Amino acid sequence: MTTESSQPDHDQPRHARPGANGADSPSGPHWPSGWPAGPLAAGQPDGHASSGGAGTGTATVAGPETSMIDYVGASSPHLGSGPLLGLEARNVSAWFGSNKVLDRVSLDMQPGRVTALIGPSGCGKSTFLRILNRMHEMVRGAALAGEVLLADEDIYHPSQRPADVRRRIGMVFQKPNPFPAMSIYDNVASGLKLAGIKVSNKDHVVETSLRRAGLWGEVQRRLRTPGGALSGGQQQRLCIARSLAISPSVLLMDEPCSALDPTSTRRIEETITELQNQVTIVIVTHNMQQAQRVSKYCAFFLAAEGTPGHIVESGPTEKVFDDPVDPRTADYVHGRFG
Amino acid sequence: MTTDAQALRSTAVPAERRVRIRQVSGAGAMTLGGAAGGALALTWLLYERILAASGVLGFWLSWYVIFLLMYAAMAAMQWDKLAVRDRVASVALAGAGVLTCAIVFDQVGFSLARGLAAVTHVSFFTHTLANAGPLSPMADGGVLGAMVGTLEEIGLATLFSVPLGITAAIFLVEVGGAWARPVRTLVEAMTALPDIIAGLFVLAFAILTLGLQHCALAASLALAVTMMPIVARGSETVIRLVPGMLREASYALGSSQWRTVWNVVLPTARSGLSTAVVLGMARGIGETAPVLLTAGYIKGLNFNPVNGWQTSLPMLIFNERQQPDANDLARAFGAGFTLLLLVLVLFTIARLLGGNKPGELSRRSRRRIARETVRR
Repeated sequence: MTTESSQPDHDQPRHARPGANGADSPSGPHWPSGWPAGPLAAGQPDGHASSGGAGTGTATVAGPETSMIDYVGASSPHLGSGPLLGLEARNVSAWFGSNKVLDRVSLDMQPGRVTALIGPSGCGKSTFLRILNRMHEMVRGAALAGEVLLADEDIYHPSQRPADVRRRIGMVFQKPNPFPAMSIYDNVASGLKLAGIKVSNKDHVVETSLRRAGLWGEVQRRLRTPGGALSGGQQQRLCIARSLAISPSVLLMDEPCSALDPTSTRRIEETITELQNQVTIVIVTHNMQQAQRVSKYCAFFLAAEGTPGHIVESGPTEKVFDDPVDPRTADYVHGRFG
Repeated sequence: MTTDAQALRSTAVPAERRVRIRQVSGAGAMTLGGAAGGALALTWLLYERILAASGVLGFWLSWYVIFLLMYAAMAAMQWDKLAVRDRVASVALAGAGVLTCAIVFDQVGFSLARGLAAVTHVSFFTHTLANAGPLSPMADGGVLGAMVGTLEEIGLATLFSVPLGITAAIFLVEVGGAWARPVRTLVEAMTALPDIIAGLFVLAFAILTLGLQHCALAASLALAVTMMPIVARGSETVIRLVPGMLREASYALGSSQWRTVWNVVLPTARSGLSTAVVLGMARGIGETAPVLLTAGYIKGLNFNPVNGWQTSLPMLIFNERQQPDANDLARAFGAGFTLLLLVLVLFTIARLLGGNKPGELSRRSRRRIARETVRR
C-alpha cells in the first residue's frame, strides 16, 4: 500500500527549460524565452491536436444535421472527450530553488477513476498536481526529477511540447478564474481558440461542455453575458466546462470547492461523479468527506517539519479511510491533526 | 390563524419607507456656511484693513486656510474628536476637488472668452489663414489648415507610438528577463525627454540625414518619440494589473504565450490600455517644439502628409500670438479653444473604442441581451 520507494537513478533536478511556457517547438528555432515565437506556435495547431486524439475529435462527433435539442447531454459516455488515459508518476521530486518540496512521489492514477490527494497544507499536493500537467515549470526556480507517464509516454520527454501536454491534461484551479473580458459562450470556446483547435460546430462544443459541467440549464438563456457575472459556484463550473471543451484525457482539480458554499460544492461533486467515466480525474481536497464522496482512490501526502512532502499511504479510498496502515493516516483522516 | 394574520398584514401595512442613509443636517450645513462666511470676513479684514498684503491668489489661499481652521474649531465645539477629523478631512478634500475642476473650467473658459470673437464665426473653422493679412477682419482667417495638420500629425503619431508602446509594455511585463531592466530605464528616461530634443532628433536623423521632407510625417515621427514612453508606461501598469491566474488558466488550456497575450491579457486590459493611449495623445497633441522643427508653418492648407510644410494648432497659436493685431490674438485663443475641443473629441473616441471595464456591460449591450433573452 505504501508507495515510497528509493530508486536513486532519477534524482537529478530537471530545470525548467527556457521555452517552457508553450511557444517553444523542439524542432524549430530556439527562442530565448518562448516569445515572440507566436507565429510558429500559432501556425501549427492541427498537426499536434491529432497526436493526442484530443481536439479535432470533438468536431466530428456532431455533424451539422445533429439537432441541438435532440442532444441528450452527459448521459452518453465519451461524447466529446478524448481517449480515457491513465497517468502515472514515478519517483517525482520537486524543488523551488534549493528547497526540496517533494521527495520521490510515485502514484498510479488509473483511467476512469477519481483519485484524491489529501494532506495538510504545505505538504506538496498542489505542487504535485501542477507537475502532472507541466504547470510547475512556470514558476521561477522550479525544478523536478522523475517521470510522469500519460499512457506510457513521459510528458517531460524533450519531444513533448508543454502546450500539447496541457491540452491533454486540463486543470481547474482553486479560485474560479473565468476570463472577465469574455462572455460565457466565449469563455467555453476560449479553450479551443487558445489551444488552436479548429472545430466546425462551435455551438455544439459549447453546449456539450456546459452540459457536462452541469451548467447548461442555468446559463443557456444568457450565453452572451460576461462570465464574471455568475455566482462563484457557477463560475467554477464554467471553468470546468472551459477545460472540458478541449476534450482532455485527464482533468486535474486543485481544491475546486474551497472557495464555494455547500450547495455549489454539491453541484461540483455531482459534476465530478458524472464525469468520472469519461475523464481521469485527480482532485486535491482538504475536505475529508469530499474525498470519501467523490474518489475511488486516495493518496495521503505529508511533509514533516523541514522535510519535503511525500506520500505516506495510498490505496482505495475506503481502505485509506476505514483501515489505514499508517497511524499518521488514521490520525489525519479522523481529524486528530492537520 | 397564520393565514388570517398574513392577509391582515398584506392589506393593513402601509407602503415601506426607505431609510435615508445620508442626510444633510441643518447644523452641519450651518457650520460649513458659517465657517466659509466667517473666514471670508476675517480674510477681508486682514487684507484690506490690517496687513499690507494684496493679490487675488494670496487672498483665496488665506481664505482657504482660515476657513479650514474655523471649520475645525466650530466642529470641535459640537462633535467628538473622530467626527471632527473626519469632517475636516472631507471638507479639505472636497475643496481640493473643487479647485481642480475650477482650474480646468478656468482654462477652457478663459480661452473661450478671449477667443469668442473668433470662434463665433463659422468661417473660423472653414477658412485658412492664407488670405488673412494684418488688419484683415475676423471673418477672413481661420484654423482649417491647422486642424488638418494637427489631425494628420496626431493620427500618424498615434499609429506609430501605440503599437510600439504596447509592444514595449508586453515585453516588460510578459517577457521580462535580463533585458527588461535596461528597457524600462530607457522608457523612463524618454518620459522626461525634453520635446525639442525629439524634434531635433527627427530633424537631424530623418530630414537632414535620410532626406525626408519637412512634412506631417516627420512631425508625427517626432511626436511619436514623445508619446511612445507615455503609452508604454501606462500600458505596462495596466497589463501588470491583469491577474496572474488568468494567464495560468490560459496556459493550462494549452495556449502559447503569444495566444495568451493576444486573447486573454490584452482584452482584459483593454479599458486601461485606452486610457494609456489617451494619455499619450494628450501629450502629443499640444506639442509645439517638435512640430516647429519638423513641419514648420504655412498659412495655407496642405493635405499631403508626406510633402510640404504644414501647420498644426499649437504652431498657429504660437505664430498668431506674436502678431500685434487684436484679431490675431483672438484667433490664437480661438485656436486654443479648438484644440481643447479636439482633445475632447479624441478622448471620447478613445473611450468608446476602449469600452467598459472587463465584465461590465454598456447600457446598449444590456438592452441587446434583454432583447435576445425575450426572443428565445
